[in-house]
Amino acid sequence: MGEAASLPAGLRNAPDPELLLDMFGKMVLVRRMEERLGELHKQGRTRGPIHRCDGQEAVGIGGTAPLRATDTVTSTHRGHAHYVGKGLDPHRIVAEIFGRATGYSRGKAGHMLIADVEQGMVGGNAIVGAGIPLALGQALAHQLHGCGEVAVTFFGDGAAQAGICHEAMNMAGLWKLPIVFICEHNEYGLTAHARYQSAVEDLVVRAAGYNMPGVKIDGNDVLQVYDTVSEAVERARAGEGPTFIEAKTYRLVGFSTSDMGGYQPQDEIDAWRPRDPILRTRKLLLDLTGEARVRQAEEEAVAACDSAFEQALSDPLPDAAEADVPEFVETH
Amino acid sequence: MARMRYAEALREALRSEMLRDQSVVLYGEDIGIYGGVFKVTRDLQAEFGDLRVRDTPISEQAMTYMCVGAAMSGLKPVLEIMYADFLPLTLDALINQASVLPYLWPVQVPMVIRTQGGGGSGAGAQHSKSLDALVAHIPGIKVVSPVTPADAKGLLTAAIRDPNPVVFLEHKLLYNSAGEVPDGDHVVEIGKARMVREGSDVTLIANSKMVLEAEKAAEALAGRGISAEVIDLRSLRPLDTETIIASVKKTTRAVVVNEGWRFGGFGAEVAATISEQAFEYLDAPVCRIGTFDTPIPYSQPLETAVLPDAEKIVAGVLAMDGRTG
Ligand SMILES: Cc1ncc(C[n+]2csc(CCOP(=O)(O)OP(=O)(O)O)c2C)c(N)n1
Repeated sequence: MGEAASLPAGLRNAPDPELLLDMFGKMVLVRRMEERLGELHKQGRTRGPIHRCDGQEAVGIGGTAPLRATDTVTSTHRGHAHYVGKGLDPHRIVAEIFGRATGYSRGKAGHMLIADVEQGMVGGNAIVGAGIPLALGQALAHQLHGCGEVAVTFFGDGAAQAGICHEAMNMAGLWKLPIVFICEHNEYGLTAHARYQSAVEDLVVRAAGYNMPGVKIDGNDVLQVYDTVSEAVERARAGEGPTFIEAKTYRLVGFSTSDMGGYQPQDEIDAWRPRDPILRTRKLLLDLTGEARVRQAEEEAVAACDSAFEQALSDPLPDAAEADVPEFVETH
Repeated sequence: MARMRYAEALREALRSEMLRDQSVVLYGEDIGIYGGVFKVTRDLQAEFGDLRVRDTPISEQAMTYMCVGAAMSGLKPVLEIMYADFLPLTLDALINQASVLPYLWPVQVPMVIRTQGGGGSGAGAQHSKSLDALVAHIPGIKVVSPVTPADAKGLLTAAIRDPNPVVFLEHKLLYNSAGEVPDGDHVVEIGKARMVREGSDVTLIANSKMVLEAEKAAEALAGRGISAEVIDLRSLRPLDTETIIASVKKTTRAVVVNEGWRFGGFGAEVAATISEQAFEYLDAPVCRIGTFDTPIPYSQPLETAVLPDAEKIVAGVLAMDGRTG
């Protein structure tokens, strides 16, 4: 650990083209999903803001690809890549975002709180930082069950400043819990740049304070994300405790669809555009698999996404009578 | 008088208090360059500098504790908590410090927490709550919730000048509403309710956006020959018991409307106060209207079903008389 960032790409194990194609297809699907959400927002057809992760797909997809269904993941308000990566059904994701009865929570949860317990996605969260201590609890359960399951928590550089992040990391280090902390450092909290939020530029230095390995990686390189998270997950499965991964990335669009912009300098966005993880993966795949397979993967992803929208948008809204649930849940 | 939006009225109060008093400082997430997600602090950092208008990390608990400490040391911090749903993160500082220390020590904690709550925009279960009752429960903390732009300015000015900690509750669906706002120094005393509309058959007691719903309900009731008086509490703590009781003695019926959950909610406090002080005047038990006791669902038909509105107020009034819609 700790070396991944400095290894030139050529020294890594040769990437498995099938795995890479799969991750590529998922990234394309997420991008398409968010583009369509953006368009529908403009037409006034969504409720509330949509948080897109354009440019950050590699962290969510590469970070979930090494996981089993029994491993648990907590996400954030910006969760589409985590959901798709963890194997959730795009139709039910989109249906939830449009408040439909077919959505993962029958329209009760909405765009920030999507979960699928069976797939180990538990889940998005609209309280910044909240997923981190929830994952800590999941890791406690995994440790006690002793089946080698791992908890992974994704969070932003903004969330890394919340008190609960520090408290959770300390406890994870103290108790050698099977948890992987993946910080998606996209340079901004909501609109405030990280320089106004953190006393250190590289959050990875904090890992030492919690007695866990810390790795800084290029979050726009899906293979590097995959390799690093795989290694951390193996460590956790083997009972060797937590890892903190700081994935440097950048969100190419605003904080949300209701963002009025103006705080991300254009030259900064322009500098990150060529580093778009989808473009980079595509280039790699052209050499590995040839153009036909790349195109096929793209077309399949787009078609899967579009049919998810078509279906979700024609699904019914829930019945108002369902709102008045019993005060306490008996069984699920 | 000038016509302005609620958000602008708040901004005007912040700006004039900052001009008037060097010790007034603003803290909060994204309040600087961006001017706050609801634009209340727009341009204030450019005018007053980044020491007096300061972006904070996402650290609500530390921020609130920090404001308590700063207030004890001579500053008058105004802290913006982006959504009322995050108030629970501030509660330890309020319950165990801000409200306790001035009682025990010769210190004052002149700070304001501005936040916004309320449903109706599809913001989901963690961005739509009204936690009025939670903060109003704490002795030593004032709780204010303006509905008009004029009150937004007048009450925020009063809150900043107040030597006590004040939680200032705004509503996300009010920021764009416009109204006449007095020019210059405009202070509305905290603890005085506002008579919105006089009536003789029933008193509708409401706060924040629910005042608008109560007004609509009063209009609808008038069409049915029922004369409703509407009172805007403006301040939940201190509570203007005098105005409430005088009205109920006149109308003999009361409906309390608050957007928080009904169970253990603010309506219960008002209803209990009325039964303690005006029981013999009542012709019906006090009716409470609030949000269903569930998290606030996202999907439109579900969200509409759980939130209180004019229609539910009208139904509540009719049910008091044994009548139905
Ligand atoms: C406790 C809490 N405070 C504030 C917010 C408002 N808010 C939502 S997202 C966000 C910024 C989060 O930044 P980061 O963790 O870096 O994630 P990113 O949006 O960059 O993906 C803020 C301040 C919130 N939802 N919860």
